[in-house]
Amino acid sequence: MTIADIAEKLNFKIINEGEMKTREAKKVFCCDLLSLAMSKLPADAAWVTVMGNTNTLAVASLADAACIITAENVCPDENTVNKAKEQNITVLKSEFPVFETALMIDKLINA
Amino acid sequence: MNEAIKLEYTISDDDFTRAGEASGDLKDKLKKMGVDPAVIRKVVIAMYEGEINMVIHANGGKITVTITTDEIIMELADKGPGIPDVKLAMQEGFSTAPDNIRSLGFGAGMGLPNMKKYSDEMTVETQQGVGTTVTMKVKL
Ligand SMILES: Nc1ncnc2c1ncn2[C@@H]1O[C@H](COP(=O)(O)OP(=O)(O)OP(=O)(O)O)[C@@H](O)[C@H]1O
Ligand SMILES: [Mg+2]
Repeated sequence: MTIADIAEKLNFKIINEGEMKTREAKKVFCCDLLSLAMSKLPADAAWVTVMGNTNTLAVASLADAACIITAENVCPDENTVNKAKEQNITVLKSEFPVFETALMIDKLINA
Repeated sequence: MNEAIKLEYTISDDDFTRAGEASGDLKDKLKKMGVDPAVIRKVVIAMYEGEINMVIHANGGKITVTITTDEIIMELADKGPGIPDVKLAMQEGFSTAPDNIRSLGFGAGMGLPNMKKYSDEMTVETQQGVGTTVTMKVKL
């Protein structure tokens, strides 16, 4: 399922589009510690986290995450949003906690 | 490829917004060279953790990457405070990262263990008050 479809169906707010219309999220992954995420994040995963800073972007890009979804209404700062635009990384925002957000995505992509 | 390729990166101190750029650049170059994605993954994890450590713990430094026909060598040299007890620092979960750094998502104490795990060979030379040089090799 494309990230755009996931965003629409689950009502996530779009912080930065990136390649959401064409790129698919094949898995969902949760972690807030960058060095753990770096080694464990599966490629093409939707990464749900409460960390929305430029380092999250760096790890997402290096680990080939499909997109970043900040949970708990965490809003990345302006600098991070600009950087996401520059690097074409999809960033979405969910009002729900990490677990609920990930569960919703998992149910949707495995339906 | 007959000749070794050498890449050099200067890592500036405390610039968290740029941290990871050297690793990103190396990743792009290896991709263009057609290196096996599994090897790229190992190199990128090891390099990123090393790069971040230089920014967080050592006020930046210099990374030299050498790509030969059979291996990728990453040498990360800094003039930071050095690591007093390398064995302890290598343990999973050990971290001296301060709170402001932890609040960014660092400080799991997994960086050095990741570097060890994802490289095929790693050496740490360090002297307190002088600096640290980490050398990692990944086989192609
Ligand atoms: N280049 C360095 N210079 C000085 N000290 C270092 C250096 N690299 C690592 N250290 C020390 O070793 C500790 C462990 O490093 P490691 O990368 O495993 O964890 P961390 O950086 O604290 O957290 P994480 O990498 O999980 O975000 C650090 O907290 C720091 O005290
Ligand atoms: Mg580290």
